[in-house]
Amino acid sequence: MTATAGLRLVDIQKRFGATRALRGVSFDIAPGEIHALIGENGAGKSTLMKVLSGAHPADAGTMELGGRPYLPADPHDARMKGVAMIYQELNLALHLSVQENILLGAESASLGWIDRRQSRERARSALAQLGHESIALDRCAGAFSIAEQQVIEIARALLVKPQVLIMDEPTSSLTRADTEKLFATILRLRAQGVSIIYISHFLEECRQLCDRYTVLKDGETVGTGQMEAATLDHIVTLMTGREVTDLYPRSAHGRGAVVLDVKAVASEPRLKRASFQVHGGEIFGVAGLIGAGRTDLLRAIFSLDALAAGAVCIVGEGEAEETATPRRRWRQGLGFLSENRKEEGLMLNQSIADNLTLTKQDAFGRCGWINGRRQGQVAQGWVDALRVKCRDAGQRIGELSGGNQQKIAIARLLEHPARIFLLDEPTRGIDVGSKAQIYQLIGELAAAGKTVIVVSSYLPELLGLCDTIGVMCRGELAAIRPRADWTEAEIMRVATGSV
Amino acid sequence: MKSTLKHLLAKGGPFIGLILVIALFSLPTETREFFLTYHNFKIIFTQTVIVAIGAIAMTMIIVSGGIDLSAGSSIAFTSVVGALLIQREFGTIPTVILVLTAGAIIGLVNGTMIAALRMPPFIVTLGTMSMIRGAGKWRADNQTVNYEGSPINQWMTTADPAGYALPPGVWVAIGLATVTAVVLKNTVFGRHVFALGSNEATARLCGLPTVRLKIMIYALAGGFFGLAGLFQLSRLRQGDPTVAVGLELDIIAAVIIGGASLSGGVGTILGSMIGALIMAVLRNGSQQMGWPTYFQEIIIGLVIIVAVFLDRLRQGKQT
Repeated sequence: MTATAGLRLVDIQKRFGATRALRGVSFDIAPGEIHALIGENGAGKSTLMKVLSGAHPADAGTMELGGRPYLPADPHDARMKGVAMIYQELNLALHLSVQENILLGAESASLGWIDRRQSRERARSALAQLGHESIALDRCAGAFSIAEQQVIEIARALLVKPQVLIMDEPTSSLTRADTEKLFATILRLRAQGVSIIYISHFLEECRQLCDRYTVLKDGETVGTGQMEAATLDHIVTLMTGREVTDLYPRSAHGRGAVVLDVKAVASEPRLKRASFQVHGGEIFGVAGLIGAGRTDLLRAIFSLDALAAGAVCIVGEGEAEETATPRRRWRQGLGFLSENRKEEGLMLNQSIADNLTLTKQDAFGRCGWINGRRQGQVAQGWVDALRVKCRDAGQRIGELSGGNQQKIAIARLLEHPARIFLLDEPTRGIDVGSKAQIYQLIGELAAAGKTVIVVSSYLPELLGLCDTIGVMCRGELAAIRPRADWTEAEIMRVATGSV
Repeated sequence: MKSTLKHLLAKGGPFIGLILVIALFSLPTETREFFLTYHNFKIIFTQTVIVAIGAIAMTMIIVSGGIDLSAGSSIAFTSVVGALLIQREFGTIPTVILVLTAGAIIGLVNGTMIAALRMPPFIVTLGTMSMIRGAGKWRADNQTVNYEGSPINQWMTTADPAGYALPPGVWVAIGLATVTAVVLKNTVFGRHVFALGSNEATARLCGLPTVRLKIMIYALAGGFFGLAGLFQLSRLRQGDPTVAVGLELDIIAAVIIGGASLSGGVGTILGSMIGALIMAVLRNGSQQMGWPTYFQEIIIGLVIIVAVFLDRLRQGKQT
């Protein structure tokens, strides 16, 4: 293998106005290599990928693909030159068939007429290359699970025989089992000589899958090497520029009285039956595969979905009501953090202050008039306390990074203030530094006697953080035990129903 | 520094447009001496009143993530209601109250169907647009409703017998625009309107009474359309069920030129007022230049597209 095969970037720089997003990134990947690209949010990974996939031109530096200069004009050009990208958020036309989706933009046609036979053949062979011949070509893409949709999207990328495939957080919404299947697919591609750039916040996954790694920090390459020779601690230190000694700080917290009693609740369509009690000062984890009904459980408790059966009793708030509303739940001291910041959690084109205080804006003034200055001060207080990186509390929240957005979304519950926190995937898609901060915050809440219920797909997080863990399987809360009685393997055993 | 400049540009974009349009007609020698005069601007302002009042209401609706296509029909219908009431010798104050109520009831019905029955606002108001137009023609027996005379007739006259400098209608529009702008910016209701349009799921999650809020917005807007109907009546001095066809599109255009986003969460009353003025100045100026009406229509269409395009550029630079 010569040094010029594969993809090679030398000293790439990119500037947006006054911001130097990339200060000099060098990076290379050989054919048939899986290369982890690691870095905190804002380290420049996305910008680098946009440069690579032709969405932005680089200001300086050189790129070579297969020994020849590589200068993509736009994403389509990049794709034709052999660099394809799979984004974190899938880009499928859900109403079109699998075959139409795979061929989108590269239809087999003459004079505008689609050649059906050839189309089918090409779509089928792309799926076969991934080992997923079983996906029916004529069904609508929307009928498939997220994991299968991802396979369809990868098949689309393979259609033009890419030399380099970039995958951005491909496992963030996959279950453990689907993740393993995806890895098998990626290894197949590696065997076929495709170079894969793998971007993920899950370091364990990178370690399991990748051959080499490159760490970006503040727009620069700060380290690269063989995955086998590196320890996770070393990589985390490179990413953050500091030693992260204990990701899951244990705070001393005792268990108080029962504050929430969930009695055999069910909701359409997924949640079949869940019963549990939580106490003051308790961190209660909910594990399970995606689609097991974890989010549905939180939504039912918070009255975002109607109960089909059962009751939710909030101790000290009288009898359980048949029909409560989210508004009532906030008043009763519950707070809900959505797993989906963009679509549900935040108003992206509104200010930090308005997002933070949305549940209690009438508290900032009299007779319906808002005292904007007081509202701003309160918001600024949280911005400072949680070390949110922003201009000021008046900035549009959509301009912040994911980790900073998440801090504001949690601050909404803190400011309200809630005493029972329902947190759905509180650390999804955010950087290690913010994660550690959120873990610490959860610990402090418990120490202050608050109750926290955490739903997470990331088992080390639940095991590191929670006092009690309940595991859901097919819509039922199947087992509840103290943390000490769980291991990752045991959780997966219950979650997959292989009892 | 840079952010304040951006802020100024974002706020001032439509305003710059207005100045450009005024400049366009102030420069040519054939219109110079007639165009930039107090009297001509009095006419322009008076011609803007109906669209402006409609645009105040439409701004609220569009910011909340909705749309109301029935505005033009509502204005015609309420003008017929007003004429019928005057015909039956109701006093001015009862007439005004009843016409505003009629408008608010239409809005209430729209809002209830949209919020409680969860139907898309475009479809609901497309339906009511036709229904209300029909109802107006029915109540008016398919002809204009004439009456002897009413103080309402004086609201839109540029003769200015009482010495207000501008007709009462213009002052009412300015007052309402100011009040609504302050309410949208500084009250819980206003923030909730923005929250609803910016992300309805978040609004629901945060316990906002989304259904009640939507109904309130459409009902309030309906009252505004009723008021616009009264000014329509004042202008024609008769109730005409066939008037204001397509006016909702002018109103929506004013709001969009003013910088609001059809996907909700973005928009200002000031912008919408400037949007309404830009269109009125274009119409007035084109007439003075002797341009044919088809040419005016082409120009106004172009302005809408250019305004939205410039807005896109501005938004794009922010991210």
